[in-house]
Amino acid sequence: MSDNHNQHHIVPLSTYYTIFLALMVGTALTWWVATIDLGAMNNVIMLTIAVTKATLVVLFFMHVKYSSKLIWLAVGGSIFFLLILIVLTLNDYMARGWYTFG
Amino acid sequence: MPTNTYLNAATTLKSWLLTRDHKRIALMYIAGITFFFGIGGFFAALIRLELVTPAGDLLTDETYNKVFTMHGVMMVFFVLIPLIPASLGNFLLPLMLGTKDVAFPKLNLLSFYVYLFGSLFTLYAIVAGGLDTGWTFYTPFSTVASTSAVVPAALGIFINGFSSILTGLNFMVTIHKMRAPGLTWFRLPLFVWALYATSLIQVLGTPVVAITIVLVAAERIFGFGLFNPAVGGDPVLFQHLFWFYSHPAVYIMILPAMGVVSEVIAGMARKQIFGYSFVAFSSLGIAIVGFLVWGHHMFVAGQSIYSALVFSVLTFIVAIPSAVKVFNWTATMYKGSISWQTPMIYVAGFIGLFAIGGLTGLFLAAMGLDIHVTDTYFIVAHFHYVMVGGAIMGYMAGIHYWWPKITGRMYNEFLGKVSAAIVFIGFNLTFFPQFIAGYAGMPRRYHAYADAYQVWNVLSSAGASILAVGFTMPLLYLAWSLKNGEIAGDNPWGAVGLEWNTTSPPPTENFHTQPIVTWDAYEYPTPVEGHVV
Ligand SMILES: [Cu+2]
Repeated sequence: MSDNHNQHHIVPLSTYYTIFLALMVGTALTWWVATIDLGAMNNVIMLTIAVTKATLVVLFFMHVKYSSKLIWLAVGGSIFFLLILIVLTLNDYMARGWYTFG
Repeated sequence: MPTNTYLNAATTLKSWLLTRDHKRIALMYIAGITFFFGIGGFFAALIRLELVTPAGDLLTDETYNKVFTMHGVMMVFFVLIPLIPASLGNFLLPLMLGTKDVAFPKLNLLSFYVYLFGSLFTLYAIVAGGLDTGWTFYTPFSTVASTSAVVPAALGIFINGFSSILTGLNFMVTIHKMRAPGLTWFRLPLFVWALYATSLIQVLGTPVVAITIVLVAAERIFGFGLFNPAVGGDPVLFQHLFWFYSHPAVYIMILPAMGVVSEVIAGMARKQIFGYSFVAFSSLGIAIVGFLVWGHHMFVAGQSIYSALVFSVLTFIVAIPSAVKVFNWTATMYKGSISWQTPMIYVAGFIGLFAIGGLTGLFLAAMGLDIHVTDTYFIVAHFHYVMVGGAIMGYMAGIHYWWPKITGRMYNEFLGKVSAAIVFIGFNLTFFPQFIAGYAGMPRRYHAYADAYQVWNVLSSAGASILAVGFTMPLLYLAWSLKNGEIAGDNPWGAVGLEWNTTSPPPTENFHTQPIVTWDAYEYPTPVEGHVV
């Protein structure tokens, strides 16, 4: 089906070290941000760092960047699926105060 | 009987325990599932015995809590989830695809041992320590109050979940990569489409419930407070996460049963399935929409009214693909030359009982009515109509339909028909009165109840004893047929489909020559007008 993707993509070691470094910087950043109170922005910043780190892991360590369209479809489908969980759950939490009985 | 079959290829114990043959793994799953069905059934018998009288006289309240929890955990996680995919699915998928085995045979064996280890671990945990949370593990009871063996039981179910994920993954890859030459997606039997949709749910959903159960364990051990309002958590969050998997889990149980029904109807009515592509896509539709409806379990749990409204509407929508299937099956049978043999009788039972189970599901999707019957026996009756009336009836139909292929022998047709009738009657007598008692207000999960409900409970317990006879009979006559049954021949039903194009039982490599498919699924000769078969 996807024969042109079957040859192994060789990633230079330096890429892995760079990504590893970026992940460590992200971790340090998370720790540092936790020491300052940013109010409502606390969660936003923490989650942004976490999502960025996860994206790097998926793209480089899990080789998705060099993979076939089918793999991209599987990854995209999974993320969409996660969004269902988050959106329909927030649908509850964001609307808790909207109406009340009696 | 053919001389070379998967059964006589090697006969040592080791050749079974370390087999990579999907057919042998399927048989080991059937043994495991039957074992846990027996245990779950034993606990069901205790429940029905206790409820014969209104007073809680046979079991203490605490023992009763443990008994219904064990019934639920055994039946849901160790019987219904693997019921059809791991047994009939494992046996038939490579045969239907015209290939030698699943894509990852070793992984298949691993998933069986993970199932066995996880389920025996849970069995040990809850027999030794007891578990009283119900199969649903609701917080805050499970995290703060319960003194029973929550953590070990949770761990066992967590382990077991990997078996389900591995099977789903294996089947998806197999369907994508292992189809015989010429076997395009729209030539696949509908059972394969159903397995594909089921695998999708298993792969996507199971990790969520696994993590959720780990969170419950972590909360008990480390006191995270994720589900504890005292420190800013929310017990309802557990219900969101739990039902996000556990509603679709119902489709893990019912979709493969629907696949079996499609096969049996086509084979027994000797007709192409009416609206093939609609039936195929309705399986995927159910799998996807099934993930959008979980909040209907939480109408009284304190979720926002807006959210409840959205979940209610989405739940109504999931009825559409189910109805598409039922209408198409009915249209398939119309003017078919139906042979009313045992599998077809189970299928008729399935359609009737699933219709009641599904339609009462629509009652429950309506918030006003659901609030009235939440946590009553109405709910218990509803989901037993879906799970026993749907999933188990489908499994029984499938076991009888493919038994000659699996073993090479026929069972006693008369006993088959009688037991199918007994199961149908016993089932309705057990669970229909529960609709009435529940609608009248009888709550579930108590060992004592008001006197007014006794008549319905006596009927229900009487029905349960009939049901027990109905399920014991096949065990006996099927076992008897292993040695004494008539030789079935390759294709006793005269059905089309690749699995009937090899010997019964098939050889280890399934086919002696690689099949090449040049026909559509269910290409039965058009019946001659006015001709009675
Ligand atoms: Cu549900």
